[in-house]
Amino acid sequence: MLKQVEGSAAVAEAVALCRPQVICAYPISPQTHIVEGLGERVKRGALAGCEFINVESEFAAMSVAIGASAAGARAYTATASQGLLYMAEAVFNASGLGLPIVMTVANRAIGAPINIWNDHTDAMSQRDCGWIQLFAEDNQEALDLHIQAFRLGEELSLPVMVCMDGFILTHAYERVDMPAQAQVDSYLPPFEPRQLLDPAEPVSIGAMVGPEAFMEVRYLAHAKQMRALELIPGWAEEFRAAFGRDSGGLLHSYRTEDAELVVVALGSVLGTIKDTVDEMRLGGTKIGVLGITCFRPWPLAAVRAALAGARRVVVLEKSLAVGLGGIVSTNIRTSYAGSPDAVHTVIAGLGGRSITRASLARVFASAVAGTLEPLTFLDLDQNLVERALAREREQRRSGPIAENILRDLGVVAARPG
Amino acid sequence: MFQVRIHGRGGQGVVTAAEMLSVAAFLEGRHAQAFPSFGSERTGAPVVAFCRIDDRQIRLREPVREPDALIIQDPTLLHQVDVFGGLARDGYVLINTSRSFEALGVDELARSLRAERLCTVPATEVARKHVGRPLPNAALLGGFAAVTGRISIDSVAAAIREKFAGQVAEGNVAAARAAFEHVQAAMRVAGHA
Repeated sequence: MLKQVEGSAAVAEAVALCRPQVICAYPISPQTHIVEGLGERVKRGALAGCEFINVESEFAAMSVAIGASAAGARAYTATASQGLLYMAEAVFNASGLGLPIVMTVANRAIGAPINIWNDHTDAMSQRDCGWIQLFAEDNQEALDLHIQAFRLGEELSLPVMVCMDGFILTHAYERVDMPAQAQVDSYLPPFEPRQLLDPAEPVSIGAMVGPEAFMEVRYLAHAKQMRALELIPGWAEEFRAAFGRDSGGLLHSYRTEDAELVVVALGSVLGTIKDTVDEMRLGGTKIGVLGITCFRPWPLAAVRAALAGARRVVVLEKSLAVGLGGIVSTNIRTSYAGSPDAVHTVIAGLGGRSITRASLARVFASAVAGTLEPLTFLDLDQNLVERALAREREQRRSGPIAENILRDLGVVAARPG
Repeated sequence: MFQVRIHGRGGQGVVTAAEMLSVAAFLEGRHAQAFPSFGSERTGAPVVAFCRIDDRQIRLREPVREPDALIIQDPTLLHQVDVFGGLARDGYVLINTSRSFEALGVDELARSLRAERLCTVPATEVARKHVGRPLPNAALLGGFAAVTGRISIDSVAAAIREKFAGQVAEGNVAAARAAFEHVQAAMRVAGHA
């Protein structure tokens, strides 16, 4: 059924259609509307057999999800930013134990300086935690990925993180096609756990493992993720057959057939990139787009094949490996068969900085012309940077950087843009 | 693609206005995208929200820099924020005020735009009368339907009823219809002048 709703409302409804049994969450922007929507459903009895647990922190949220999942319940939570960092220890535990929890991460920057706006630093900080990580391009895909995530996670006995851009998607009203309960029921069978805390058949979960077997447990976690790479395309195909939509899968190529330049990105910025690419195509530029839907496991072979024809690659990413450059581009360089020098990193949209067609067109044109630096910060205010550096050269006690820069800008409070 | 930018202050329902406009367009079978500028959400602080309407899927996620229409919910913003920034020469402007463009000090700018696409409506007073609270957003959507003709007043009413219920919904629908009539009447007068 077609609806015009907020992204968070769409995800809340999709999660409800998946019949979760335990939902636990601690509020943090921009995720809050999702769990509010679910809490409201539980309260009015619209989610039969589901318990909503208000917890005292994100660490508790993930811990409760672990307990619930180990007891055989379909468990869901959502978080963002510092909330994800605060639960990090339990995040690793969930995957280490192989518990198929589904969690939405409404992507947001990490402080300091404190910033509530969107980028991918939170999800990227957990990229090696052993969870499957999926990134949604729009609200339709966000809701579809949640339905796929429960299926995927439970079949493999692995937790799944569905990443959607905070505010840009969570707070955007757009058209979505909401599946019927019967459709979801036939795609997603009831949770059949591989391990279960059951008083009738007692087991212990979470044993200490020494050097004699720890490697093997970690190897099996890796092997399971490699297995996911083989299975995900099939499940996406099954989803397409059942729901009529091309959502999920490992990656999506757009106008790459004859593309000499391919732009790689994750999440909602793909839409703006595609519009930019369409305009540049009109001008004769052979440019295409590769959207990574599944970031973990990393679809190395599929990426390599998708980039086979590209002479140059621009990776546009909303996260920064401080002291190195790009995170996604580092992954891309392991998969691109051409020269690593042909892969450019463009850091964009940190802390909610708008990513516009005009700026994208400029940076893509410079890649085509061969003048793009290996590492670029899109729309960086060089003047502001120079002033801060000069201050540090001139005085020892130059003071706090963020506050000084805000003073240079003449703003009394953070503003979007 | 038709792009609308709504300026107002925290507490005036700016974000809700953009959302309702997107629902109204959706109800007419069109694609629409509404989103706020995600500033600090303080009562009284300048707030911006956007709505795009198109006949095909909208993929663009950048803020609306070159609007086809502006809705200004609070005229005190006129000389505080660059509300007219990027407005198309043939763009629409709807301001919530009972004063003239001249009295507001924007007559020079108004002369550079198409007169029949500029309108004012005392939406706050309309809302006080029909809703009982000075919340001008729904009334302005009624005015927007009249001045642009891009959306029907019935779709605006349906969108309001989707967002609100009961008395609140009906009060806002009445406010939207009253503002719609007001703008239509003003346009008829201007047309005869």
